[in-house]
This record gives sequence, structure tokens and C-alpha cells, in this order.
Amino acid sequence: MAAKNNQATSKISLVQIFWQFFIVGAISFGGGIIAYLKELLVTRYKWVDNDEFLVMLSISQTMPGLNSVNIAILMGDRLRGALGAWVATIGMLLPGGCIVLGIGMIYGINSDHPMANHVLGGIAAAAAALLATVTWDMGTRIFKKRKSLALLVLTFVLMSVVKWPLYLVLGVVLPLALYIYRPTQLNKMEASK
Amino acid sequence: MTSWIQLASVFSMLSLLAVGGGSAVLPEMQHLLLEHFGFSQTEFVHAYSVGQIAPGPNMLAVLIMGDMIDGIAGAFIVALAFFIPSSILCLYAGRLWARIGDTPWRHSLQQALEPVSIGLMCSGVYTIAKESLVNWQSCAVAFLVGVLLIKTKINPVILILGAGVIGLLGAYIA
Repeated sequence: MAAKNNQATSKISLVQIFWQFFIVGAISFGGGIIAYLKELLVTRYKWVDNDEFLVMLSISQTMPGLNSVNIAILMGDRLRGALGAWVATIGMLLPGGCIVLGIGMIYGINSDHPMANHVLGGIAAAAAALLATVTWDMGTRIFKKRKSLALLVLTFVLMSVVKWPLYLVLGVVLPLALYIYRPTQLNKMEASK
Repeated sequence: MTSWIQLASVFSMLSLLAVGGGSAVLPEMQHLLLEHFGFSQTEFVHAYSVGQIAPGPNMLAVLIMGDMIDGIAGAFIVALAFFIPSSILCLYAGRLWARIGDTPWRHSLQQALEPVSIGLMCSGVYTIAKESLVNWQSCAVAFLVGVLLIKTKINPVILILGAGVIGLLGAYIA
């Protein structure tokens, strides 16, 4: 990807990369960081075009790790090679990382305070609701497809009910999912449409 | 020192197993932290939840866990171990992906991964919810926040902080 640098993007310096990713990392309160990345770096600064961004997004979702971090890696690499990738990632994680550590220290100092548990109880309930709605949003497409829903339920049951370790869950479910969605099957589905 | 090595190995493994993003590894993370560091389920959910107040990726909360286990050095080790392995993999996969181009297997892989990662995320929701929705009050707060998240565009951070205030007021009234 690094080799594809054209004139428009070769002018982007490491400092610019660091700074823009730092801004995204600092303003993306409340999640949805990928939307911020897209708005700032694709729509406003046009560092990569929309199609390229979508390819990066699908690679990010396919590879392990946080999607936003993977996008920072791919975009940084596209703009400035491996060094750009690391600069983008560090820039994006730095502000939130420092704030999170500050919050952690406040929590560490006050966690014995009798009122702390009440505050934390409320925060945890809200965090659960946030994670549930994000998951629901991402899942709505899957819930409608019978085979995918079966794989989803199987994954959940093995992980949360049977309580297998994650590597075992992935080791069983991923090959099964790949078999179900193997290319020939997909082609047939495409043809039958 | 041994705990540093343990922290590094636990979080680098989680990094490489985080298929479909960070919340997919929440159940495994909670198991491993309990097993290796005696980290209670409540501590885990609290660390995760307060982490949601900060900007950036939601899984930056792992730094709080590292800090609680081994101070600032623990947080630093967790940051390196959780973010570097998957990033190296993605860097080279991205380059390979661009070279290979479109193959039918790539679409298969994406289609196969989607339900698995959503299933793991559901497990993540379950891990957080079973520790945080412990009485009717917390269920009511979660329900209210969920409705506001779906129906309005209020920033989640404001709702999370508001829920903390409600928790505090509830305790004073009761």
C-alpha cells in the first residue's frame, strides 16, 4: 500500500498525520471513533478516497484487534509507510490513553469511598446499555439471516454458557462458518438471486 | 517482574484473538484477569465502565485494568501488549491484501467472520450486563439510557455521567 503514494498524499508529513489522528483521538467522546476518522480524514481532508476507506474498513474488521486502531495502521501505512502507521496509531491512542489513566487513578483513590459504589453502579448500567445498543446496531443485518443467526447463537452459547476458552470457540466456529460461506456456496447464492 | 510477563502474555494473546473488535474479547479478558490476577468481576466491570468516559477507542479501558494490577508500569505493558501484536498483523495483512486483490475466499472470510464477531460481542454484552444489572434500579437506568441512545442524539458520555449522578442521588434518597 505504501508504494501507491501519489502526489496528493506524498506531501502529508508525519507531523500532520500525528496531529490529525491525535485530534480524532481527543474529540471522539462516546465511541463511534470510526465515524470521526471518516469525517475528518476522508470527507474533509481527502487523505484517502471513500472506496479506499471502505477497503481499509473491511480489512480492519477481518483482522483481529480494534477496528479503529487497524484503520489508523492501514491509513498511516498508505500515507507514509510503516512509520506513518505507528505515528497515526500512537497519535490516536495518546489523548484517550492519558485521560483513561487519569480516570483510573481517580477511581483507584476513591473506590473505597462509600458513595463510589453507587456512582459506579449507575455508570456500569449505562455502559452496559451503550454496549448493547452498539452491538444491536451492528447485528441487525445478521439477525435476519438464518444461517448467520445460527452461527451467532452457537458462538454466544459456547462462549457464555458452555464457557469454552476463546481460542477453542474460534477454532470450532470459524472453520464451520468458513465451510458454510465457502466460495462455491456464495456463487450459487449469487446465481440464484 | 513475573506479573509483567504474565500481563504481557495475557494481553498480547487477547490482542490476537480480538476477532471483530475489542468487545469480542471481554468475556475471555474477564476470565483471564480473574484467573491470573484475582481481579474480581465487579472490578472488571467498573474498570471497563469508567473507561467509556474517555475519548478514543472504548477498549482503552484496558489501561485502567493494567494500572489497577501493577500501577503505571502495568498500564504501559498492557498498552504495548494489547495494541502492538494485532497492529503488526494488520499492517502486513493490509499490504498482502492489496497485492492479492479480490478473491472469492476474501468474501467468504468476511461473511464467515461477521456472525462470529457479533456473537462474541453479544457475549461481551452479557459479561458486562450480568455484573451491572443487579437490581431493578440499575435495570431501570440501563433501560432509560438505552431508549435515549436509540431515540436521541445525546452524546453517550453525557448519559454515562448522568447515570453516575442518578446512582449517587438514588443512594442519598434511599
